[in-house]
Amino acid sequence: MKESNLIFGINGPVVTIKGKTTLSMLEMVYVGEQKLVGEVIALDSDKTTIQVYEDTAGLAPGEPVYGTGSQLCAELGPGILQNIFDGIERPLLALQAQSGAFIDKGLNTSALDEEKLWDVTLCVKEGDLLSGGEVYAETQETPAISHKIMLSPLLSGKIVSVNPDGAYRLRDTIAVLEDQRGERHELTLCQRWPIRMPRPVAKRLTASRPLITGQRILDTLFPVAKGGAAAIPGGFGTGKTMTQHQLAKWCDADLIVYVGCGERGNEMTQALQEFSELIDPRTGKSLMERTVLIANTSNMPVAAREASIYTGITLAEYYRDMGYHAAIMADSTSRWAEALREISGRLEEMPADEGFPAYLPSRLSEFYERAGYMEVLSHGEGSVTIIGAVSPQGSDFSEPVTQNTKRFTRCFWALDKSLAYARHYPAINWTNSYSEYLGDLEQWYHDNVGADFMQCREEISSILYEESSLMEIVKLIGADVLPDDQKLTIEIARLIRVGFLQQNAFHPDDTYVPPEKQLKMMRVILYLYHKCQQIVALQVPIGRLLETGLFDKLTKMKYDVPNDRLDLLDAYLSEIDNALGNYIRK
Amino acid sequence: MITEHRGLRELNGSLVILEGVQHPLNEELVHLKLDDGTERTGRVVAIEGDKVALQVFEGTRGLSMVNTRTILTGKPMEIPLSPELLGRVFDGLGRPIDGLGEIYPVEMGNVNGQPMNPVSRVYPRDIIKTGISSIDCLTTLIRGQKLPIFSGSGMKHNELAVQIVRQASIADSDDFAIVFAAMGVKNDVAEYFRQSFESAGVMDRVVMFLNVSNDPIIERIITPRCALTAAEYLAFKENKHILVILTDMTSYCEALREFSSSKGEIPGRKGFPGYLYSDLATIYERAGIINTAKGSVTQIPILTMPNDDITHPIPDLTGYITEGQIVLDRGLDTTGVYPPVNVLSSLSRLMKDGIGEGYTRKDHSALANQLFALYAKVQDAKALASVIGEDELSDADKRVMAFGKAFDERFLGQGNDNRSIEETLDLGWELLRMLPRNELDRVDDKLLDEFYEI
Repeated sequence: MKESNLIFGINGPVVTIKGKTTLSMLEMVYVGEQKLVGEVIALDSDKTTIQVYEDTAGLAPGEPVYGTGSQLCAELGPGILQNIFDGIERPLLALQAQSGAFIDKGLNTSALDEEKLWDVTLCVKEGDLLSGGEVYAETQETPAISHKIMLSPLLSGKIVSVNPDGAYRLRDTIAVLEDQRGERHELTLCQRWPIRMPRPVAKRLTASRPLITGQRILDTLFPVAKGGAAAIPGGFGTGKTMTQHQLAKWCDADLIVYVGCGERGNEMTQALQEFSELIDPRTGKSLMERTVLIANTSNMPVAAREASIYTGITLAEYYRDMGYHAAIMADSTSRWAEALREISGRLEEMPADEGFPAYLPSRLSEFYERAGYMEVLSHGEGSVTIIGAVSPQGSDFSEPVTQNTKRFTRCFWALDKSLAYARHYPAINWTNSYSEYLGDLEQWYHDNVGADFMQCREEISSILYEESSLMEIVKLIGADVLPDDQKLTIEIARLIRVGFLQQNAFHPDDTYVPPEKQLKMMRVILYLYHKCQQIVALQVPIGRLLETGLFDKLTKMKYDVPNDRLDLLDAYLSEIDNALGNYIRK
Repeated sequence: MITEHRGLRELNGSLVILEGVQHPLNEELVHLKLDDGTERTGRVVAIEGDKVALQVFEGTRGLSMVNTRTILTGKPMEIPLSPELLGRVFDGLGRPIDGLGEIYPVEMGNVNGQPMNPVSRVYPRDIIKTGISSIDCLTTLIRGQKLPIFSGSGMKHNELAVQIVRQASIADSDDFAIVFAAMGVKNDVAEYFRQSFESAGVMDRVVMFLNVSNDPIIERIITPRCALTAAEYLAFKENKHILVILTDMTSYCEALREFSSSKGEIPGRKGFPGYLYSDLATIYERAGIINTAKGSVTQIPILTMPNDDITHPIPDLTGYITEGQIVLDRGLDTTGVYPPVNVLSSLSRLMKDGIGEGYTRKDHSALANQLFALYAKVQDAKALASVIGEDELSDADKRVMAFGKAFDERFLGQGNDNRSIEETLDLGWELLRMLPRNELDRVDDKLLDEFYEI
């Protein structure tokens, strides 16, 4: 630790030191006798400003501030998965062991378990040349994920000694590297990386594969690409957290980082419990084995809330560098923006929109740009997908955080209060939402799901669009006055809304629906639509068609057809033929 | 370390600035002694070198620049805690006002509390039966939940809160207690609560913290914190199930705004400070259950929405923190429906895990969903009827309208009845039978066979 400086002023989480100091910008510091963790956020010749990640009650002027000489870093190594951390990567279970059910101040603990033995296989030999980011060892972190131990991206050189395969602890030396200047570095199982700096990659690639979520409205209407960024804005009670949980459970990423940023404590407890109990359909293992949780609840210190988003994305990037597809759910980025506003207010900076600092858009874009489908330094491909929830004030999408997030994400899943009131879940509004990835993903759907996928999607979406304009009329004069072909559109749209878009997260089959089933369901619905169109053109009243019970039956097909019996959906087509055949022959 | 300081440098609203202070601590408790011998309480809110800003809870009237003596206690603000708290009445700063003398403390509790570790929380699952159909069936209250009542001036939120206390207490054993905090409510309201607790026979299990509307405004900022410190002690040290009623959170937020503006802070929306969300979270998040104690803290904060506007920052930010909300409706209230719960905008986030087989009854979840969906349709039909007239509606819409009317009158408008869960659910099915079976699209066939076809 460097020489100490003395505290001069304290205002909430912001502490100042008078005069010129040797501290550097964004350096991590320990504040006061209790050694509270903090970070330098402003420097000038009269004073140094520090934001403190813990409660500053009881701090006094004149207490020392210790510099650490490095930026706020995340500890990266095996043991991250299955863990739950706070916003500055302190493991919450270790904090519980130290201070009980309530979090005390000034607790210091290592982010990762230093005593646990890992079964390590080395994959380099003496004399090998390694460049930054290349893999030198491997260990099975959880049954689902093999952890590749990589050289720090900042190092490169020649391996001069290698230990044999075996069981090692986190900080044991397993190899020694000599860099170009002849300096020797002991390589352990872990490395550190400053959380505010994106980890370097070889090349950014075009995102051309979708993140399959098993949620019909997302996969079919508004898909997000692996390596893309999506925003979920919605007022309270519209199901942001529910949607995020569904994505974390079912999306086909290799690895999930779930950041609870300024949200409810009980929700994190629930996530922890549910993810431990649930089984990943693809690996057959507990979902927690591919998950890491970061919990900085709303009553935990506000500055650590600001850091939690960066800690989360750094962990995701680290696993991306191993060649995995990581997805990060940030719930909610609005709380993070509010933390920025709060700190900015304490610094007496000039506010822009609604009191938010003028640098809000640039911080948001920096964050969302850390998503991407990359060629990584360890020579494979990996991606980070960001899914950020936004909690607009007063459910008003014109507020600064929603507006700026819209600029930097290409996928927008707008949650709608009136849908949520009617208990239509997921309450994603199909007219306000959009995805700009459709063009990029078209080929993938064509090759992997079905050649007609995009065509069906477009037809479904245009029926919904047509319905919304018809509804304007219905609201004024009632549905009875519409001609039968328009009534048919309304009935089919109702079928799509209730039978297709609505999805029950608590139903064992309906909670996750593979894309093949989504396509088949669309085909059945459209088949019915086309048949009915023909019949209505023959002047058969629509009431007769409704009496066949086909519409009710199709509404329930999502429950009636299990995910492993997709052949049953083909039977629906012949059933439609049988029921409607009479009318067509006439 | 206790130090004393003489004189003030500046006075502004409830904010006092001192200069030349020796060794101040951030957020420590201070006592200000006036010329006339009276004493005020305050706390340190900001420090810059030897300059210190104090927040004075009882206001700065009568403070003199020269003669005021300030005693810095070197301790954060604490209140005495002991099982004897039950049955006592305190002022907004936790000092006894019932004439029964001081509390002999078993321990002292810092009013600011500490954040609960998310891994130490126990996920709440046990239903609290309130005997009110709209709550039990549609926005179930769970032990350890924070479920606010969003109301407006003149509506019957106090009656509802009292009814919840009365009916919930009967179902429970002696481990049940109530902590009541009044912030800026009228004296009559505080008295109404006291009398209601008395007539329900629970007064010996109630702790009251009263800051009524003519009490000092800044004191309100501390009142809920005192109440929650007492609640946490009783729940987690004495293993009791505590129901905390906080009323009125709107007055609390206004006090916070007043103080923030006297400090010269940059305002956020509607003049409220930018940290209103974080501040409210430090109150609401103190509800819950932990794995080291048997007790629980359940919160029912009451707030009056200014101008009945649910997008106003106070209800808006509250809704983002709490686990749902019970919204009262002016329209129902004026038509005499009590309790006037607007079921569509009300929500209980913890409901899904506390109902169903093994908790209430297996049809609960599907029934609730169906009632919500139908009631949403009622609103559409009403909107249409207001344009084309009720007579012109289709038969299906007419049926829906009839259902809506019966729902308002019988399901919602139960008055002061105490209904069992079975009664409530059976009534729900009775209403659903007003509609043909194929219009019930949220319930699967098995449940329909069992509950619809009777």
